[in-house]
Amino acid sequence: MKMHTINININGHKESLEVSSNLTLLHMIREELALTGTKNGCEAGECGACTVMVNDEPVNSCMVLAIECDGADILTIEGLTASGELNKLQKSFMKLNAIQCGFCTPGMLLSAYALLQRNPNPTESEIKEALVGNLCRCTGYERIIQAVQDAVSE
Amino acid sequence: MGKTKKIPKLIGTSVPRVDLQEKATGEAIFTDDIQFGNKLLYARIKRSPHPHALIKSIDTSQAENYPGVKAVVTGADFAGRIGLYLKDRHIFARDRVRYVGEPVAGVAAVSEDVAERALDLIQVEYERLPAVFLPQDAIKPDAPLIHPDLGEYEVVNFIYPKPGTNISNHFKIRKGEPENSWQNCAAIVENEYYIPHIQHVPLETHVAVAKVDLSGKITLWTSSQSPFAQRDLIAKTWGMSPSDIRVISPFVGGGFGCKAGVTMEALPIVIAMKVKGHPVKLRLTREEEFYTNFVRQALLIRLKIGCDAEGNILAMENTMYWDGGASTEYGVNIARAGGYSCTGPYDIPNVKADSYCVYTNNTIGGPYRGFGMSELHTGIEQCIDELADKIQIDKVAFRKRNVVEAGDILATGMVMHPNGIKTCIDKVAGAIEWGKSSQSSDPHKKRGKGIAVMWKAPAMPPNAGSSATLKFNSDGTVFLSVGGQEIGQGSFTVAAQMAAAALGVPVEWVRISRPLDTNYSSYEWQTVASRITWTMGNAILAAAKDARDQIFKIVAEAWSENPDDLELENGVVTSKFSSRKISLKDFVITGIPKGNDQGWIGGPIIGRGKFMPTYVTGLDKETGQGKRAVVHFTTGAQGFIVEIDTQTGKLEIIKAVSAFDVGKAINPDLVKTQIEGGMMQGISSALFEQLVFKEGVLQNPSFVDYRIATTVDTPNQMECYFVEVPQDDGPYGARGVGEHPMVPTIAAIGNAIYDAVGIRLHGPPFTSEKIYFAIKERGQTGS
Repeated sequence: MKMHTINININGHKESLEVSSNLTLLHMIREELALTGTKNGCEAGECGACTVMVNDEPVNSCMVLAIECDGADILTIEGLTASGELNKLQKSFMKLNAIQCGFCTPGMLLSAYALLQRNPNPTESEIKEALVGNLCRCTGYERIIQAVQDAVSE
Repeated sequence: MGKTKKIPKLIGTSVPRVDLQEKATGEAIFTDDIQFGNKLLYARIKRSPHPHALIKSIDTSQAENYPGVKAVVTGADFAGRIGLYLKDRHIFARDRVRYVGEPVAGVAAVSEDVAERALDLIQVEYERLPAVFLPQDAIKPDAPLIHPDLGEYEVVNFIYPKPGTNISNHFKIRKGEPENSWQNCAAIVENEYYIPHIQHVPLETHVAVAKVDLSGKITLWTSSQSPFAQRDLIAKTWGMSPSDIRVISPFVGGGFGCKAGVTMEALPIVIAMKVKGHPVKLRLTREEEFYTNFVRQALLIRLKIGCDAEGNILAMENTMYWDGGASTEYGVNIARAGGYSCTGPYDIPNVKADSYCVYTNNTIGGPYRGFGMSELHTGIEQCIDELADKIQIDKVAFRKRNVVEAGDILATGMVMHPNGIKTCIDKVAGAIEWGKSSQSSDPHKKRGKGIAVMWKAPAMPPNAGSSATLKFNSDGTVFLSVGGQEIGQGSFTVAAQMAAAALGVPVEWVRISRPLDTNYSSYEWQTVASRITWTMGNAILAAAKDARDQIFKIVAEAWSENPDDLELENGVVTSKFSSRKISLKDFVITGIPKGNDQGWIGGPIIGRGKFMPTYVTGLDKETGQGKRAVVHFTTGAQGFIVEIDTQTGKLEIIKAVSAFDVGKAINPDLVKTQIEGGMMQGISSALFEQLVFKEGVLQNPSFVDYRIATTVDTPNQMECYFVEVPQDDGPYGARGVGEHPMVPTIAAIGNAIYDAVGIRLHGPPFTSEKIYFAIKERGQTGS
């Protein structure tokens, strides 16, 4: 497999990596960089567990090739606490018990973060719309929606 | 047992979950996140494309020679059978395959890609056999026999296979005289319902990493609800000592039953035996998760229920055919649970029930949140609605007249314990304003209300045990070692809370020893059956008492006082007699010095506790009668207001209400989150979910084709209530509620649909399409 050198800025750190043509962004994040907070739920772009931000847009990292990210800014769940502080969304998810098994949580938080970046004051239906691609089997979503509303009101 | 004089303040307090921050930051470690270094090998599995076939030959030579391949295994490598209640399953198929997706060969290689490519080089020659896909067909005398060796399989003594047939368990209830009761009935309803296969859909697919060392000892890292049951099953299967097998299980990304028992975890073990010293990882793809592991088995249920003119239910006949799939090693006990719970939460004097677990060439049925109860109640609770209509009694009144009360003799002969089901019905009926019509402003939209009740007992071997250990640290904090797993339900939080309350220390002082590790954690049978808060809780209370006894003995000796005069609260021992005080940190490790430098009293304190129900009895094979079939039942009710667009069949949930009798809510907010999440899983199973098989081949193994509920499907309004009628064998009176919230949901929604548009769909999912065509058939389109 042909190898390529890519340069990325991930969670505020510059990285230079040798990646194969078929390596997905998800595998690059989890295996090459050992940032295991990003979860692998389906590898088909259907569950949202691997959501990260690429150049301020939320993406399913299983559907993006690493080589497409040359020069990109990438934010993963680990980047939300880069300052050492919890993000307000993380605090709200914790406050409202919007977390059970926790496997969907990183992707859910990134999708919610992306929403608040582009729309700091979303309505309930805008929240539901923004998170519709992030599956959760434990919570029933109610607490997650409330947590995003709570973060908005902070 | 939970016979405490007063309930500490911490019990009934919604303390924060102990795992929130690590799960919110991505720090929480799941099995696939563990780093193994360069020695790690990756496994992939070659699977049967046929539902039923003989394996004529397997040629693995090309795969073995493929660069990067380290091992290839087939059924020839291990002859043993595995299974929780019935040992009917080879880990890799040997002479025949019985379902599409059955493991036939396995490869370990330096990467998943290499392993996957090697699979294509394995040549398997099959001879197809006739297959059978419906339980009602599989019980026919001329049906293809799926397990000709059924009579030779090892089986527990409460499961009754019928060798020479496809029936792997037949559980019977014979109570009273149902055949002579029908003539006394003023109304009888007879119906058949079919509840299709669905999948658990944990967001984390199954993953297991196995390593076998040169001496043959096994280490297994796995996403597991049952590290100890897995260890013990693997030991039995390979004829090893459990001490030579170590199962380590970090956080679990959702279980819902599918990560109980041993399923795919045995595959990497067989492979790892050929590449000793290398950890071998097998992670199921989402597609594999859908059909190669446990699914919820389908049920065909035939019901006949009759009541007298006053609305007293007199008799029931209930025949259940469970589609157990190609292996029923776990499913046989679901058929048993369906059998002893066959009446639903009703007092019925005359009962005949037959619950059959049937082999088919479908994918393997296993435990799923509710363990058969959702399927069973989907039939019963729609039938009850029809019976109430037929006798013209209000459905809520009809239920309240017939539900179980303390002292009732149940279908098995067990005496019912005090319970709050009537209060649950009242709460739900009140919240949906039962009896008051609800209208949409849109003339094409019709609203309806529906209610369903439920019960469920923990289904497990009669003597499933738990244990707990408390180990103090020098500052008074304490490590609590349990074997109950955190699968999202909050068990670690509730464990810490109960330990703190029972010991008399702040909850922040209790840390859970984790990850679960069978070498270090305290024994627990399995995290299933909504049993953990109850059974592990009892063990924790016993461990706390043991630690307190030691603490009081040491302090009493040091102070020359009576241990009965001592109290422990907030980490400080106080004497009621002398008002002296000493903090735990001052002696739980170091002991207390005797006066005048004359030596020491005490030493490191370790509290140990266990719990095992000793009072569950066997049931007669022919009648299902016995003194106590189960430990206890949790009861509850749900109510729905739905709105149906008669022009499209689209269903919207206006309001969803739950009420369950939890005995005592240890952590009320965590109880609520269980109820909310379970109800939503129930809604999803009612409206969207079905595994569609065509000749045993799953047609929809992806989230695009198998849709589960998402954010946009949440009810407009959701309310949760709990009732607290204490359970005599529960810690602080608590009983489990993890599975129950999805048990009555399908039936309650089905009843609401009937109320709205007068159609009765006899099986979920109640899709817009099905509703639309059913309305059309009745000539009721709103236009």
